Amino acid sequence: MNQAIHTIPLDWYILLSSILFCIGVMGVLFRRNAIIIFMSIELMLNAVNLLLVAFSAYHNDAAGQVFVFFTMAVAAAEIAVGLAILVVVYRNTKSTDIDVLNRLKG
Amino acid sequence: MTVYLFAILGVFAILSALMVVLTKNPIHSILYLVLTFFAIAGEYVLLNAQFLAIVNIIVYAGAIMVLFLFVVMLLNLNQETEPHKSVLRKLIAVIAAGLLLVVLVGSLKGADNMSIKPFSQNTGLIENLGKVLFNDFLLPFEVSAILFLAAMVGAVMLGKKDIK
Amino acid sequence: MMQLAALIPFFPLAGFIIIGLLNKRIPKNMAAMFACAMLLISFGLSLSVFMNISGHATEVQLLPWINVGSFSASFNFLLDPLSSVFLLIITGVGFLIHIYSIGYMHDDEKHNIFFAYLNLFIFFMLVLVLGSSYLLMFVGWEGVGLSSYLLIGFWFKNNSYNNAAKKAFIMNRIGDLGFLLGIILLFITFGSSDYLTIFPKVQGFASGNAMITTITLLLFVGAIGKSAQIPLYTWLPDAMAGPTPVSALIHAATMVTAGIYMVARSGILYALAPVSMYVVALIGVVTAVFAATIALTQNDIKKVLAYSTVSQLGYMFLGLGVGAFSASVFHVMTHAFFKALLFLGAGSVIHGLAGEQDIRNMGGLRKKLPVTFITFLLATLAISGIPPFSGFFSKDEILAHAFASNKIFWVLGVIGSMMTAFYMFRLLFLTFYGTYRGDEHKVHPHESPKVMTIPLIILAILSTIGGFVGVPESLGGTSQISKFLDPVFQPAQTKMMMVENSSSISEIALMGITVAVVLLSILLAWYMYVSRKRIPSPEGTKLPLLTNVSYHKYYVDEIYNAVITKPLDTISVFLKNILDNKLIDGIVNATGKFTEWVSSLMRFVQTGNVDFYLLAMVIGIACIIFFKLM
Repeated sequence: MNQAIHTIPLDWYILLSSILFCIGVMGVLFRRNAIIIFMSIELMLNAVNLLLVAFSAYHNDAAGQVFVFFTMAVAAAEIAVGLAILVVVYRNTKSTDIDVLNRLKG
Repeated sequence: MTVYLFAILGVFAILSALMVVLTKNPIHSILYLVLTFFAIAGEYVLLNAQFLAIVNIIVYAGAIMVLFLFVVMLLNLNQETEPHKSVLRKLIAVIAAGLLLVVLVGSLKGADNMSIKPFSQNTGLIENLGKVLFNDFLLPFEVSAILFLAAMVGAVMLGKKDIK
Repeated sequence: MMQLAALIPFFPLAGFIIIGLLNKRIPKNMAAMFACAMLLISFGLSLSVFMNISGHATEVQLLPWINVGSFSASFNFLLDPLSSVFLLIITGVGFLIHIYSIGYMHDDEKHNIFFAYLNLFIFFMLVLVLGSSYLLMFVGWEGVGLSSYLLIGFWFKNNSYNNAAKKAFIMNRIGDLGFLLGIILLFITFGSSDYLTIFPKVQGFASGNAMITTITLLLFVGAIGKSAQIPLYTWLPDAMAGPTPVSALIHAATMVTAGIYMVARSGILYALAPVSMYVVALIGVVTAVFAATIALTQNDIKKVLAYSTVSQLGYMFLGLGVGAFSASVFHVMTHAFFKALLFLGAGSVIHGLAGEQDIRNMGGLRKKLPVTFITFLLATLAISGIPPFSGFFSKDEILAHAFASNKIFWVLGVIGSMMTAFYMFRLLFLTFYGTYRGDEHKVHPHESPKVMTIPLIILAILSTIGGFVGVPESLGGTSQISKFLDPVFQPAQTKMMMVENSSSISEIALMGITVAVVLLSILLAWYMYVSRKRIPSPEGTKLPLLTNVSYHKYYVDEIYNAVITKPLDTISVFLKNILDNKLIDGIVNATGKFTEWVSSLMRFVQTGNVDFYLLAMVIGIACIIFFKLM
């Protein structure tokens, strides 16, 4: 078991995590629906979690996994509030399109 | 053998993620995202982070995605109603993301070789995690409780319909 | 005792401060008495210093002043025969003029502040002669320039008086530039500006050293400005705009002699630079003759006396330049007596005629102003160099040394004496002889009150007998003043390669020639102005060429105006319009406009579009990571 885990070089995990992260970024820039954007943000958070756990395993430090723990907690809270805001916006503008929200135009 | 597992799970995760971004129906996006979470949970198991794998599924796939589904149902968003961005903007988006990927990978490639410590079986076990959490990280733990309280109050306040 | 002497300048300073602060609150009498009392105390102390002075210089330390790195200067006073002579002149003549001013300025509204300014001037002049370093002398130098400005422009409601004051100050400053450069070079060469440090060190230098020559020439530039020699003399006639006591004190007896004091003090430096001595003598004698030619045709009493002062200062510089240091100081003393007397007498005439200054409107005042007339006559005899009056001894000693050094200078000096006698007696005759040419109904000439005539009498006595301290050996006297000043000038005298004075007989012959020539001029003046009753032409008539040029002061002021003032004005107007308005304002305005332009561009970043913000964020992160890599 010891060596089994370490047969996968850390670089591969970094690569995987980066790809997932960038797919998340692309999703944020690519879509206009606010819900999809939220989901892409979740994807990004997960990519980061993956990286943290990988490092935690390779360095034998439990702090990495505890950090993931907290990240998940914060993500949950954030989603709750974010969706609440989205609901309010939908009630006012009857649309979840983010291009509609340009009242801050200078 | 582990390598194959890793490869399969990795590809699965990437494909699901791509589908999340590219499908038109929001419900389908959510379902694909759940699949991605499962794949990532599998990766966690590969890394001996058993507790986190389960927590990932329970919290993310179980609670958060269900929340999304609720909101989508509430707002009746299951149709494809949004107009799409212009092709130019989509192109720019892809290029920007690609740029970020290249930079990230490039920066991490140049990093020094990380020392890999000998593997210990206990990291990732719930017992160990519990000890670290309640010994070293007690304060953040308690503070996150307050964070939840704030989020809860905020969500309820925002979601309330005006009485008038 | 010597320590007490350090207090000498501080009594007039106290007078200035107290009268200045209590200006309107004390009655006129009290202010005047207080000022005169301060001066009397200073005179008393100077007298005691004079009695107790020994041959060496005594330094009285007061306070350390500047101490920066290797540069230090301190307030120290130096008491030696030279400074004690000047102390007596300044406080003595100053005291008499203060008394005179009680009467002259009696009706003036700014009476109290006048006495404050006079005391301030005395204070600075005392600092100048008492200072033991060039730096402290320069403090006094600048201070007397300031006081002169304040006093010339005393009646400031008249704009031309203000211009005269400015002119005096600015010309002084031009000279001061040279002085300052000289002091800086002194610091570079000797590391200090103290007399007692420099003078022993200088003894080791060779004669004709280039650095010493430069230093002495620069110091002399300062003297040219302060003592009104060519080319910086034009401020002195204009300075007659001030009240007559001011003209008497500052522009006859004391401030203008500061240059003489400075050159005399630096005697050893000049002795080692024959080139500078020659320049000093040359400028002195040329100024003496030049100013005398202008004085021949002037019609304002005070202007004649002003040009006469310039001319006499030229004589003093001639004396210094040919190595007759003690003779020049002697002439300073006698000149202070008779020139102050002449000015105060002129003031008395002006006061008696209610402000008339043009001699063409005077005449026949012999009977009406008798005391003034007698004292004026005595002073005129003194300045012309008639024995046994004081001017004779001092001037002839200078001329004797000039003869020994350079025959041409002697000839020019004698010509100058001739002209001096001529224009002074012309002034005397036109003012006091003949019939009164003014309007009898408007002006009632009357004698001045006692408070003004008593100083006149005292000064007249001094002008008459003051020469006896300097009777030269050739006439059988012991030149006491030379002996008194000998310790100061001894080092300088030994350095100069001086031809020993010619034998006594030749000296008597020289004196005889001079006196004969002077008597001839007096007779000529008598002939022209008393026998023939010639009166100078009224204003505006066409004069013969030479007279015209002399009357208009050789148009020097106009030349200066065209050559120096106008180009400077043009340059400064140019600078104001082009540089100041267009360039600097333009830059400041452009900065503002630039900020506006940049912000108008930056406005477009705020689209309000969430989409755009997200894109910007991503690209920003990519850039940050990228640059972190680099």
